[in-house]
Amino acid sequence: MLREIRIHGRGGQGSVTAATVLVQAAFIEGKWVQAFPYFGAERRGAPVKAFARISSEPLLVHSQVYNPDYVIVLDPYIYKVVDVTEGLKKGSVIVMNTKRKPAELGLEGWRVGTVDATGIALELNLLVAGSPVVNTSILGAFAKASGEVKLASVLQAVKETWSGGAGEKNARATELAYERLTRWWDGEG
Amino acid sequence: MKRIVDTANHLAGYAAKAARVKVVAAYPITPQTTVVEKIADFVESGQMDAEYIRVESEHSAMVACIAAAATGVRTFTATSAHGLALMHEALHWASGSRLPIVMAVVNRAMGAPWSIWPDMSDSLSQRDTGWIQFYCADNQEVFDTILQAYKLCEDERVFLPAMVCLEGFILSHTYAPAKLPDQATVDDFLPPYKSGWVLDVNKPYSHANLVSPEWYMEFRYMIQEAMENAKRLVPQIDREYGKCFGSEYGGLVEKYRCEGADLVLLTMGTMGSDAKLAVDKLRKEGLNVGSARVRVYRPFPMEEIVKLAAGSRMIATMDRHISFGMEGFLGSEVKASLYGQEDRPLFAGFIAGLGGRDVTAETIEKVAKKSLRMLDMGKVEKETEWVDLRE
Amino acid sequence: MASVPKKRKDLPLTPLSCPTEGSMGKTGSWRIFRPEVNCSKCTRCTICWVFCPDAAITRLEDDSPKIDYDYCKGCGICANECPVKAIVMVREEE
Repeated sequence: MLREIRIHGRGGQGSVTAATVLVQAAFIEGKWVQAFPYFGAERRGAPVKAFARISSEPLLVHSQVYNPDYVIVLDPYIYKVVDVTEGLKKGSVIVMNTKRKPAELGLEGWRVGTVDATGIALELNLLVAGSPVVNTSILGAFAKASGEVKLASVLQAVKETWSGGAGEKNARATELAYERLTRWWDGEG
Repeated sequence: MKRIVDTANHLAGYAAKAARVKVVAAYPITPQTTVVEKIADFVESGQMDAEYIRVESEHSAMVACIAAAATGVRTFTATSAHGLALMHEALHWASGSRLPIVMAVVNRAMGAPWSIWPDMSDSLSQRDTGWIQFYCADNQEVFDTILQAYKLCEDERVFLPAMVCLEGFILSHTYAPAKLPDQATVDDFLPPYKSGWVLDVNKPYSHANLVSPEWYMEFRYMIQEAMENAKRLVPQIDREYGKCFGSEYGGLVEKYRCEGADLVLLTMGTMGSDAKLAVDKLRKEGLNVGSARVRVYRPFPMEEIVKLAAGSRMIATMDRHISFGMEGFLGSEVKASLYGQEDRPLFAGFIAGLGGRDVTAETIEKVAKKSLRMLDMGKVEKETEWVDLRE
Repeated sequence: MASVPKKRKDLPLTPLSCPTEGSMGKTGSWRIFRPEVNCSKCTRCTICWVFCPDAAITRLEDDSPKIDYDYCKGCGICANECPVKAIVMVREEE
């Protein structure tokens, strides 16, 4: 079993951390994993990508991810400047941080899960340098949308990455996003 | 033993700590920086009992390592591309001084044009400096090889420095699972630092002084002998490591499904890992292909290459490097190794992945199929071909 | 605007980069929060114009600031530096 995931975000939003925490959750469940950034110059605010692989067997592959099974989008506006569906397989799932509906984002025909992760961050006052932290909560949404990792594993990975109060707050955001994820396929939403 | 998920760069830092390195002198450069940042964290937090010297350039880093090693302590540094090039004259000095320094080289393409992406031009262009060179295919191997390198370099039959090379970004910045052994197991495997000579204020002398034509050649011959010894010791140390820690890598050359192969694909680094996927797919299609990964480039495993050639009808090499005006180094040296043989397989050389151009298992399959077509025709179209080159 | 090469023969000997406005595209699209100037509070001190790291603020004839929202990345430095808090960072609407 191999699942490939691409994460879209902006430099500074924690796309790479989202990938590493995600694979940490899968690792806790006994999977073999890889997580890596899009290899290139990164600047705060610029569109960036990160990737993850979750496998039941040790991975020999070291090349890039071209046809992800899942796409996670951390930033609500990035779909305007980046094609988040590039290379996406039919039937794949996109998990987006947004208040809008898939049709409003030009994503009809794709399986989309949405959650207002920015809203959750503002609600919990989960901010870093004034910016809402969405990279942990979106993983809760991913767990619900994909079923590839259990919420409990994500929460454990979050708490292993951030200790004390920060860990608790991030974990709470993750739980809220899990609860509030809307699945826009199979007649839901 | 602890199982973690981390990058190859961080694992290199863990290895330096496990090896009880005492001095690290380093200068940052993408994509190496997180190796020494990790070590700096360890030293700062007291987890590693070492002196971290912040120098102003890579040249100073190597010279500081030479000085530290000369005083009788285990030293470590890391660099990439232009940083390695900047150290060039000091690299010669380190090997000529017979100091067992170990350095992580996070492979990155040389400019101009400026590139931060991986290829092996940096370390391969230093192949003549008298440094042992290892090339790793995954994160665990980086950790393991650094420990193996210290054991090898500090052997009295060797006393040479070693580069442990890992491709930038592909390994350096990629998180993957790894096992960290207990310190006690490492201490059993790696005895305290030993060197062939030590600078001592109580018994003062200076090292590597002027040698006239009467004796210089003999000093150089001794380095060549040390390299030959290293060639014999690498497989032994790898097996011993396997017994202690559970992972080994096939010594000088890691072979995969080469028995009875018509074609053997020779690679280095991570391409050697993806090549296994390509071989499995090709074998399923009924094609007789195997792959072999050159894990130690210096000393060059001539005897292993001769053995592989004896068992196959064709060898194709994939070089992540080009020596302008000639061809890829791996290709050249494979041919040189086979020149003296009566029966030689067909040979084709490929240049791939320069400047970080992604090399997938599909690419490697294409190279294999192209080579097999040449084998069918009994001749090679071009001695060296550039893979996926834009028109 | 530089041309993207289509073939190897279109490449120069080595990459040659010329200074050009907006070579990274309209970086205003990176914004999450946008600065809004309250003109009646603004004292025309020009500190925001001095501090903008992207030169996205123009100093008009009367010394008032004009923000170029095509390139303003919303870093918030102008709002932070304004001595009379005449600049407020407002969340962009989706």
